[in-house]
This record gives sequence, C-alpha cells and structure tokens, in this order.
Amino acid sequence: MPEIRVTPLGAGQDVGRSCILVSIAGKNVMLDCGMHMGFNDDRRFPDFSYITRNGRLTDFLDCVIISHFHLDHCGALPYFSEMVGYDGPIYMTHPTQAICPILLEDYRKIAVDKKGEANFFTSQMIKDCMKKVVAVHLHQTVQVDDELEIKAYYAGHVLGAAMFQIKVGSESVVYTGDYNMTPDRHLGAAWIDRCRPNLLITESTYATTIRDSKRCRERDFLKKVHEAVERGGKVLIPVFALGRAQELCILLETFWERMNLKAPIYFSTGLTEKANHYYKLFITWTNQKIRKTFVQRNMFEFKHIKAFDRAFADNPGPMVVFATPGMLHAGQSLQIFRKWAGNEKNMVIMPGYCVQGTVGHKILSGQRKLEMEGRQVLEVKMQVEYMSFSAHADAKGIMQLVGQAEPESVLLVHGEAKKMEFLKQKIEQEFRVNCYMPANGETVTLPTSPSIPVGISLGLLKREMAQGLLPDAKKPRLLHGTLIMKDSNFRLVSSEQALKELGLAEHQLRFTCRVHLHDPRKEQETAMRVYSHLKSMLKDHCVQHLPDGSVTVESILIQAAAHSEDPGTKVLLVSWTYQDEELGSYLTSLLKKGLPQAPS
Amino acid sequence: MAAHLKKRVYEEFTKVVQQQQEEIATKKLRLTKPSKSAALHIDLCKATSPADALQYLLQFARKPVEAESVEGVVRILLEHYYKENDPSVRLKIASLLGLLSKTAGFSPDCIMDDAINILQNEKSHQVLAQLLDTLLAIGTKLPENQAIQMRLVDVACKHLTDTSHGVRNKCLQLLGNLGSLEKSVTKDGEGLAVRDVQKIIGDYFSDQDPRVRTAAIKAMLQLHERGLKLHQTIYNQACKLLSDDYEQVRSAAVQLIWVVSQLYPESIVPIPSSNEEIRLVDDAFGKICHMVSDGSWVVRVQAAKLLGSMEQVSCHFLEQTLDKKLMSDLRRKRTAHERAKELYSSGEFSSGRKWGDDAPKEEIDTGAVNLIESGACGAFVHGLEDEMYEVRIAAVEALCMLAQSSPSFAEKCLDFLVDMFNDEIEEVRLQSIHTMRKISNNITLREDQLDTVLAVLEDSSRDIREALHELLCCTNVSTKEGIHLALVELLKNLTKYPTDRDSIWKCLKFLGSRHPTLVLPLVPELLSTHPFFDTAEPDMDDPAYIAVLVLIFNAAKTCPTMPALFSDHTFRHYAYLRDSLSHLVPALRLPGRKLVSSAVSSSITPHEDPSHQFLQQSLERVYSLQHLDPQGTQELLELTIRDLQRLGELQSELAGVADFSATYLRCQLLLIKALQEKLWNVAAPLYLKQSDLASAAAKQIMEETYKMEFMYSGVENKQVVIIHHMRLQAKALQLIVTARTTRGVDPLFGMCEKFLQEVDFFQRCFIADLPHLQDSFVDKLLDLMPRLMTSKPVEVVKILQTMLRQSTFLHLPLPEQIHKASATIIEPAGESDNPLRFTSGLVVALDVDATLEHVQDPQNTVKVQVLYPDGQAQMIHPKPADFRNPGPGRHRLITQVYLSHTAWTEPCQVEVRLLLAYNSNSRIPKSPWIEGGEVSPQVETSIEGTIPFSKSVKVYIMPKPARR
Repeated sequence: MPEIRVTPLGAGQDVGRSCILVSIAGKNVMLDCGMHMGFNDDRRFPDFSYITRNGRLTDFLDCVIISHFHLDHCGALPYFSEMVGYDGPIYMTHPTQAICPILLEDYRKIAVDKKGEANFFTSQMIKDCMKKVVAVHLHQTVQVDDELEIKAYYAGHVLGAAMFQIKVGSESVVYTGDYNMTPDRHLGAAWIDRCRPNLLITESTYATTIRDSKRCRERDFLKKVHEAVERGGKVLIPVFALGRAQELCILLETFWERMNLKAPIYFSTGLTEKANHYYKLFITWTNQKIRKTFVQRNMFEFKHIKAFDRAFADNPGPMVVFATPGMLHAGQSLQIFRKWAGNEKNMVIMPGYCVQGTVGHKILSGQRKLEMEGRQVLEVKMQVEYMSFSAHADAKGIMQLVGQAEPESVLLVHGEAKKMEFLKQKIEQEFRVNCYMPANGETVTLPTSPSIPVGISLGLLKREMAQGLLPDAKKPRLLHGTLIMKDSNFRLVSSEQALKELGLAEHQLRFTCRVHLHDPRKEQETAMRVYSHLKSMLKDHCVQHLPDGSVTVESILIQAAAHSEDPGTKVLLVSWTYQDEELGSYLTSLLKKGLPQAPS
Repeated sequence: MAAHLKKRVYEEFTKVVQQQQEEIATKKLRLTKPSKSAALHIDLCKATSPADALQYLLQFARKPVEAESVEGVVRILLEHYYKENDPSVRLKIASLLGLLSKTAGFSPDCIMDDAINILQNEKSHQVLAQLLDTLLAIGTKLPENQAIQMRLVDVACKHLTDTSHGVRNKCLQLLGNLGSLEKSVTKDGEGLAVRDVQKIIGDYFSDQDPRVRTAAIKAMLQLHERGLKLHQTIYNQACKLLSDDYEQVRSAAVQLIWVVSQLYPESIVPIPSSNEEIRLVDDAFGKICHMVSDGSWVVRVQAAKLLGSMEQVSCHFLEQTLDKKLMSDLRRKRTAHERAKELYSSGEFSSGRKWGDDAPKEEIDTGAVNLIESGACGAFVHGLEDEMYEVRIAAVEALCMLAQSSPSFAEKCLDFLVDMFNDEIEEVRLQSIHTMRKISNNITLREDQLDTVLAVLEDSSRDIREALHELLCCTNVSTKEGIHLALVELLKNLTKYPTDRDSIWKCLKFLGSRHPTLVLPLVPELLSTHPFFDTAEPDMDDPAYIAVLVLIFNAAKTCPTMPALFSDHTFRHYAYLRDSLSHLVPALRLPGRKLVSSAVSSSITPHEDPSHQFLQQSLERVYSLQHLDPQGTQELLELTIRDLQRLGELQSELAGVADFSATYLRCQLLLIKALQEKLWNVAAPLYLKQSDLASAAAKQIMEETYKMEFMYSGVENKQVVIIHHMRLQAKALQLIVTARTTRGVDPLFGMCEKFLQEVDFFQRCFIADLPHLQDSFVDKLLDLMPRLMTSKPVEVVKILQTMLRQSTFLHLPLPEQIHKASATIIEPAGESDNPLRFTSGLVVALDVDATLEHVQDPQNTVKVQVLYPDGQAQMIHPKPADFRNPGPGRHRLITQVYLSHTAWTEPCQVEVRLLLAYNSNSRIPKSPWIEGGEVSPQVETSIEGTIPFSKSVKVYIMPKPARR
C-alpha cells in the first residue's frame, strides 16, 4: 500500500525550529531547517541523527526546501549542510536566497562574537551552504529528479515567503510555511490554486484567534504617532530589521506623504539598508499597490525615512526612529530609549511580542522604574504603547486556505498543542477530512491510493466511442482491450495490436457445448425450430439459417445432430469464441430450457 | 453552374451601368467601380492555392459592400465554399457570410438555407463553430421570424453533442440568443417539436469543458435578458457551479444566482444538513457573500458588486456581513469598533495607553464557534480588506447601495467606511468618502468617528479634501465638541492649504446652518469675547476669522438668540461680509439695526432683488433708445456695459446674465461704431487704409457671437436667434467692407452668393422665430430677398448698407438660468523660476489641474492649448477619464500635457491655456426641412473653432540639446 509519511523534527506542536520530514512515493524531502530561539544548547537545532545514524544525509534526502528567511525556518541550514554534511539541492525563492545569508551571518555574529560560542558554523560555511541553493520562481514547476517536482506559491508573511507543493506522480503534499491571508501594506495575501493535495501541512500559530480588521490597527498606530509628533515629542519604534519594519516604514511613509508632515523619520542603519535594497529589487513579490506604482516611484525609495546617526538622538524637535532590536534588550534601541525615557512628551511603540526579562516586556507590563546595569535607576516617563502587527494567518485564514486547496487531509505544525486541538476539531468538522497534529519525532502515516495513468490507443478509443454514446466524465465505462505493462508504463490497446506488438500468433479459443434436446423430428426440422425460436427471442441479434442446416447467431454456430444412441434426442452443438462468451453462455442457457412446443 | 454564375455576374455588371445612366451626373464616379461580386469571382477563380484564396478574401473583407450587391457576393462565396478543400479558407468564407449578413438593408433569410445546408456537410470543428456564428448573426437580424428561429434552434440542438468545445459554445450561444420564449412556443407549435430551451442549456451546466459550462451559464443569462423567466430549479444547479474549479464558471454562476434571487426572492429553500428553511434571496445572499472570499479576484469583484443590488435581503443577514466574531485564545474579544463605541458611551476618551487594553474577555464555547459560516458572516469585512483595490472599491460601492436602502445598516457600516478613509489607494479613499456623503442622511457621526474623518483633512490630495468638505456639508454631528473639533480641523486645513479657502467656507456655511443649537454655546469662545473686557478686533482679512464668522452667521440665521452674544465689531463685520460674500452669509434679523431692510431682504424673491432690478433697468434703458443721436447711444452703451461688468463681478449669481448682456451690448456698440465711421461716404480708393476698424469690428462681433452661443450654459432658442441675427449683421458688414476695398466684381459674386445662402439658411432654421424679429435687419432683408437674388453684387452691397444703417436694435430676452463657462488653471501655478529641463526631442509631462464651471460636455469640448515662444501652437485633447465631476455644473480636469521642442539656448516660457471647442452645427435646431434632405450640405456652414476661456499660465521650460 503506498503511503505518505510525515515526521516533524521541529515545529511539531511547537513554534520554532521548523523542520519536517516528508516521504512521499519513495522520495524523502525535508521542509525547512530552522533553529529554536529559546534554547542555546543542542536543542536549538533539529536532531538530524534521526534521519540517519551513520550514513550520509545526501543519500537519504532528495531535497531540502526552505519556505522563507526567518531564522526559525532556515537557521540551522549551514549547520545541516556543512557540519552534518548534506550535498543535495536546497530550494528556496530568490528573495529568500538573497536575504537568508544576511540573517545567518548576523545570527552567527551574535552567537560567536557576542556570546563567544565555539563549534559554530563560520562565514565560509554560510557561503558554501548558499552555493547549494537552487532558486525557484513563483508557480515554476521544478523537476528535482525524474519523478519529484516542486512548485512555489505566494505566501505573504515576509518578502519571498512561499508555500511549496511537492508532487510525485499523482501524489502531492503542500507545505505552507508561514503565511498570511490578509494583505498588509507591503505584501499581498497568500494564494493557492485548487490543487487538491493528498496532504496539506499548515502552520497554526493563531489557531484560536480571529483577528480584528487591520485597518483599525493601522489607524491606531498612525494616530498615536501623529499625535506624539504634533505635540513635539519623539517616537521610538523598536523593530527587528526585516519584515514588520518594512510594513511600518511604508505605513509611516505614505502617511507622511499624504498628510504632508515634515518631522523626520529615521531608520537605524546596518542590516536594514541591505534589506531595503532587496525589497526594492523584488518588487514583484510585493502587493498590488507597490507593484503598480513602482514605475512612477518605488515605494521602498523612502522620501521621508533617512538613515539614523547616533548624534541625531539629541536633536531638538519631533522625530520618529525605528531602531533595532525589537525587544529593547540591547543595542541602539535601548540606547535611544534611555535617552528619551525621561520626557513625558516622548513615546515608545512596541510593535511586537516581547520575551520575558527584556526591557520591552518590563515596560509593557507597566513598570515605570527600571534598574539598569550599574545600579542606575531609570524612570520611564514617556508613553508606552503596544501594537500587534503580525503576519500569520488567523483561524479564519487557515480555514480559508484549506478551503482553497481542498486537501484530502490536513496536518498542523508550528503552533501550540492546545490551540491546535481546537483547530483540528474545527477542520474535521467543517471539511470532513482527517487532521493530524504530530509532536516532534512522531510519525504520521497516510495511506494513499494513487491513480495510475494508462495510455489508451486512439484506435481503440475511437472504436469504443463509435459503439456508444459520448463518454461521460462522471460515469465509469466498460471496454475491452489489452493492458500492456512495459518499462513501468501502462497502455491499453486493442487485442490485435497487442498481439502484433508482442509478436504472438492469435489463438482461437472456442467453447463448445452440447445441448440435448428431446425432439423426435429430423435434424433439419430441429434446426428450423431452433432457428425460429432464436429468431423470436433474440431480436437485436442477427440470426441466420445457413444452407448446410446450421444456425448462426452472430458468430455463434449451432448445429443439430441426431444422437448416436437415442434417435429421439437431438444433440445441439453450440460453439462460440471466447469473445462472445456472454452471448454464448446466454444462448446455451436459453437452449437448455428447451424449445417451445411446436405450434403444430 | 459556373456558366450560370458568369451570366449572373455580367447581368449584375450591366445592371449597375444601366442604373447609372439614369442617374444624375454627380454620381458618375461610380461607373468606374466594377461590381464587387464580379471582382471577387474573378479573384477567386484566379487563386491557385488556398493561401492565395485566403489573401483575396482578406483583401475583399477590408472594403464594405453595398446592400444591393450583398446577395451576389454571398452566392459566389457559397459557390467557392462547396469547392474549397482547405478548412481555413472555408472558415474565412463562413466568417464573411456572417459579416455580410449583418449589412444594413440586406435581408439574410435567403442565405439561411444554404448556410444550414453547408453546416450539415461540414467536418471541421472550427468551420462548424464559425458557421454557427454566422447563423447567429442571421438569426439576430431576423428577430420576428419565428419559423427561422425555431429552425436555427433545432440546428443548434443537433450540434450540441459535437466533441469540440467551440462548436458546443456556439450552439449554446445560439440557443441563448434565439431560444424561443415560452409563450410564443405554445402559441404556434407548427409541427416543430417544442423544446424546453432552459432544460437543454441547463444540461450543459455539467459539461466536461469549463468553457462550455461558462457558455451555458451565459446563454441562460442571455435568455433572462431577453425576457424569459428562468425556472427556479436552475438555482440549485447554479449553486453547485459555485464550487467549480474554473473562475470564469464561478463568476458567471454568481451572476446567475443573483438573477434567480431577484426573480424568486420570497421562495423558500431548505438549508442542507438541517431542517430549517430560509428565503431564497437570503440563501443567495449568503452564497454570494461566501464568494467574496473566493480565490480569484475576478470572482470576488463580481460577488462584491452584486451584493450591493440585493436589497430585499433580510436585515439579520445584512448585518452579519459586518460581523466577524473576534476571538483570541478561544476567548471572545471585542472589536476595536466596539471598544471605541463603549469608551464613547461611558464618557471616556480613548486611552490606548494600557497594554492589554484589548485583552479578551469571556471564554468561548469551542463547539459554538463556526469558523467558516456558510452564511454572510463578515463578507464586507473581508471585501474591504482585500488585496486588490478593485474588490475594495466594489465592496465600498455595494455598502453604499445597501446602506441607502437600510438606515440601520447605514449606522452599522459607518465604522467600516470611516476605516476606509485610510486606504492606501486614493481612489478607494475617495470612493468611500463619496459613499459616506450619499448615506449621510441616515447617520450621525460619533465623536471618535468624526475624529478619524477629520484626520483625513490633512490629506495632500485636493480631491480628497474637497470630497471631505462636501461630506462635512451634509453630515450630522451629535455634540458641540464635535462641531468645535470640525472647526479646529478645518482651520488647520486652511492654514496648511490656503487654496481650499472657498471650499472650507462653503463647508462651514452648511455646518453652521445644520447645527445652530450646537454652535450657540461655542459662540463666546469662537469670537473670543469676554464678559468684562473688550478684546482686540480681529483682522477682517484673515480667512480663518472669516471662516469662523461664516459658521456663526449661518447658525444665527435660525437661532435668534445668538446675535445677542456678538460684540460691536462683529456686527460691522457682518455688514461687510454680507456685501462681499453674500453667497456665504445669509441675511440676519439683527436687533436694533437695519431691522427694516433686513426684514425686507429676507422676504424678497430673487427677481425683486435690488441688483436684479438694477440689471433690468439698465437693460431696459438701453433697449428703449432708438432715436437717440449716435453719440448719445454710444455713450449710454459704454456706460451700461461698464455697469453690467461691475455688477457681474459683485454679484456672482448674476454674473452669467450680466456678462451675457454686456457681450451683446458690446456687439451692438461695435456695430454702431463701425457704421458711424465717416468713411462710408468717402470714395472707395481713399477708403482703403481706414477699412481696418470696420473689418476688425466685424471680425470681433463674429467672435463675440460665438462666445455668446457656446460659452454660456442655459442659452435658449430665443437667444440663439438673436445671436445668429447679430452674426448675420456682422457678415453683412464684412461683405460691405470687402466690397468697398476690393477692386473688380468677380470675387464679390462668390461672397454675395454665400451671404444670400446664409440668409436663406437663417430663414429656414429660425422660421418659427421670425415673427419676433419684426423690423429687424433680417426682416427687411427677407422682404427684399427676391430683388437681391436677381440684382448684381454692387447693388446688393448698396442695399445691404442702407439696411444695416436702418436696422433697429433687437431686444435680447434674458434666459432664466445662464452661466458663463469658466476655467481656472490651478496647476501649473506659473510662478516657478526653475525651468523644467528635458532633452530636446524627448517629451516632458506637465501636470495640468484645472477646475471648469458650467461647461457642458467637457469631455468633447475642453482642449488644452500650449503656445510655444516661436508661435507654434499645440492643441491637446484630454482623455475622457481625466475629467471628474465633483458636483453639478462643476468639472475638474486633471491631465498630463506632453511638451516637446527642439533645443533652445536658454529657458523660455510656454503658455498653457484651456480652450472651448465648438461646432456651429450642434446648436442649430433641426427643422424638418433639414431632415428632409433638401438642404445641400455645402450651405450648412459648420464652423468649428475654439474659444479660450481660461487665463493662460506661463510655464518655464528648457529643452536641452541631446548629449551625444
């Protein structure tokens, strides 16, 4: 029985360290290769030894697919390919290929230079790893080998994020990665055609949430910034370099443009500049508005947003500053925060979630006095705002995607177990499909019944068509032919052609059957009686009485002879070829019932 | 057959010749043109290969065929069709047959038999499809002939089983277009099997080819359009098609469902998987709502659009479209809208300070949450958030239509509309503002909503701001804080964009008159009066102060207690504003002062308005002068013209009338002046030099008459006669002047002839109005017409001269409503010192933004003219889409003008202005004479020209030489 097996190495009932193994029709594919933010030990990378204890990974995996550039989806890639050792192809979209190494390098720097970790992958390893990457376009079908093909769909979420369809023959799996069903200011909504995969592996970060309209959020954000700037305050927005930052930039930029505002907006330099560069480049991956207007002006060519310099923080007058990192735990954002915290005119807007222990989390939970290093106490007088900008599909969005793709079964990853439970139940109830939510290391096996395509010869098809009505797509139809299996392909041909092709002589196979009839009359008369009987019974068929005394019904021959021992009994010899088996057996049964009494 | 054919060809050939011989000489040209069919026949016989034949056919198809020769051509084509083996040629012939049968004046029933005949023997699917198309053309040409239609339907049914989708498509199309309506079928069965067209088409809803499925649905819709009542059973079939794999099928199915829901809104349909039943229109509404989150945006647009027109849907369903039950971690969450509402009702301002302000509240029963309801849930929420702006616009439009029919829905959708004010695409923002304006009768804005609305006032787009001002004009505000907020924001807007001044004043006028009681408590604050101290008198020229006053005065109109709060200078300012901005400041009953006059002024009708009286009087004064001495007449005319012009400047509502009359008087003045020239008595040779003045006068009168005719909206026939009369006089003047200045008689012949023709034309056009023109120039002229016709040019000129001098001044009746077309170019402002640099030979785009007032049909009449310093003038026709219509009588032109020139050595200015194009034909009333075709076209002088109607703006440009 063919089957699809799925084993999450990471992201099974968990967020982070996405890594899912799929084997489909004998092909093994690894989806994503991420790291876990929460751990600093071995647990941060997936356990690749699960795949093979001592063999080479390349022999076991046909390809690796990376859905987008977030580290929890690609962070372990250099480790996996260079340190564990994998030489096969790695597939990702062009923007992901461009931005991924920047983030990996940044990650490496923090891990090695700041935290001083040893035995970490090097810059060279990142470069080598990226050399194994094959970039794909949206909706481009890539043949990994003769049987395995993959295809990318737009997923929203971040620049270059894609959903992948993995297909072998007629069996297919769709992996969504992270996706967003509501468009935002810089990216469009995820879209997939009705590809009806055997299995849909979807993220479920917001499995139990239905989000409010994004417009309220945007309006709130803009209003807060606008008010703060109007009363002459400075606004600090701590962000991570990629993703939401660009959305907020576009939001503010267009608002500034519309409202003709003059206060400067700054973006802390470094990573971001490079990233913005890629956003400018991959315009086709953005939303309708940006794509349509970029001929006049590329939206990422910011007019109002300039690079930030450390000295600007002390400038008088209102300003807005985007600074990294997003949780105010270190770096530039923290520095600026310390400078501005004392003035109640200023404002800090946290656009995302903050981990416990960071300054961001403290101020969000309402702490007004912060203890900084060196026993300093920082009094926070500035306004603290929280806005949630997140680019994952909510429960409704997930359901919408499932509805669009119409899978045979669904598998949930990248979410919390408790929340998945709810969504699982909903999916099973609404769509009446099976839904799975394996934990890490747990394997789900799905039996499949792949359809096997068989080629039919045109001659045979036409002959069959001529016999009956038009083929109806909805109804099965019976036809006679010969199935030839040769080099793992199947053909249905007419028997004559099959014989010819195989170089075989045709064997006539005839069935003969004797039917005893009690009839004292002569053979000829018996034959006549049989003829008239059959003629009356079989109106659709051609019944003939031949001069030699035999009767034929189509190609079936009936001869009457006197019984050698009993002259009162006639023996009817019925003979037919096996093609006419149906009619032949019908005839015999008919004759066995006897002839009707002669009318006289 | 060939011989017969040839004979036929020659027959036709000769026939044509004979006809021509009988006809008049002017049509001789046709002689050289051989018969179409003959040429085609010869060509086709010459063709050696199918490719050749195809070429000939293609060439043939480029020229039109006259109705009388169509049949011959068709015969020849059919003849070749039978002989032709190549399907592509047959296809072309089939398509030509279709085209030919559409020829006006040709009845295609004669070729139908042949077409059906060849259809039966045809093997190629493509040709078959084309032939069916031809039959469709024939069938639509003969809508009355039942028998033919039946026959065609039969043919279509027979070919429905064809294996090619193209053929099936065409068959369905044929059925949709020709399938007989039920009634007629039952009446005349005539032996033909009565077919249930609907059932036949319906069977193809499940065809294997999506194109055929689409065609089937389209055919069904076509039946509906032709007035056939669709069966309700189709509804279920169509519902199944909603989940089709192909977008065009789904899109068509949505339409079909909509149609059925409009036909049977009150039928009851069961809800699957439960025992409940609902109205069909509700069910359909739910289904279409569901399609708003379809995968294909084409379907989404279609669905969103159709939602708007489903007005019979129940309230309960309608309101669900705006409901998207929020939850967070399985706990019910309130939407931001609900929170805002609650904060408002609890009297608090939105804090937004606290984190977790939006923390979810109650637990949700997991079983009860239905993530994708089959119903209408949240359709608009999704539609308004869609990625494609086309969908968003469609959703906004639908909201608008539904809200107009349901006040309670209007109230609910307000929050969403307000949110759309922040859309990233301007078009969507604009659309939602307009929508809001349309439904504003049903709603009252809450303070927090007003806040959001007002925030858009800072938008840099003028369109948006103006739309918003219009919206505020008709908005209901609930509190005095709201009014204050609106005023503050509008003043902010005023300082930021001073060009919005008029629009803002107008907005405040309405705001004030709508909310007098809310303005009342604000008055002391707004006027910054103090109970004990006198405050400084504000600057009267400050637009912001005027804005405040406009608000207050308009509120005071219906609030008699308000003037008591005014300080002295306010009254003075009132008097001033009442005079200077009378359209914004209403007449008030002020205590103590001017009570009498204001009481009078409030009761008078516009006709008794003193300024109007003044206008009437001055005009009457002029018309009464007949026998004054020329000197006095001229002076009086000059004075009156001056008065009228001043009046027009002061009283904007009278500007049109005043200008119109002034222009007429000016024409008269010019005429009088020209006739008063002493030079008329001087001998011809001496006259030469001084003729300038008279001919210039004639020319100017002509120009002015065109202006009068085409630049004013609301000009009636009465005026047009007078204008034309004036023009005729100018032409006579011109003729006289030319006669005096040119030597020799020959050129005069032509001119006289032409002039007489024009008189003739005038007479015929305005025959009905001639009685009003007693004693006028034309009246006399017509009396003498027989004499003029026979006399020599010199005599004619003499007669004309005396008549012109004797002619009296015609009274110009004033039209009820008359407005002068005017245009103001807002952009380019023409102040820039930086030249627009571009490489010579390439183009530079110049943004032009102008407002047009009282222009009729601006899409066709308004042009942009660019004058280059070298005298070169360029006329640009703006695209129809460049015109917007923000209000009645107003248009806005936003377009781009492309400039280009060869290299200059230094920057120079080009002039940009707007022109009004006219065509004298368009105004002339069509009398039966003209329609009868008795007028030869030469006489109908259609004069096309342009009138500049805006000030020209100078733009500094600099074409640089191209760098090599």
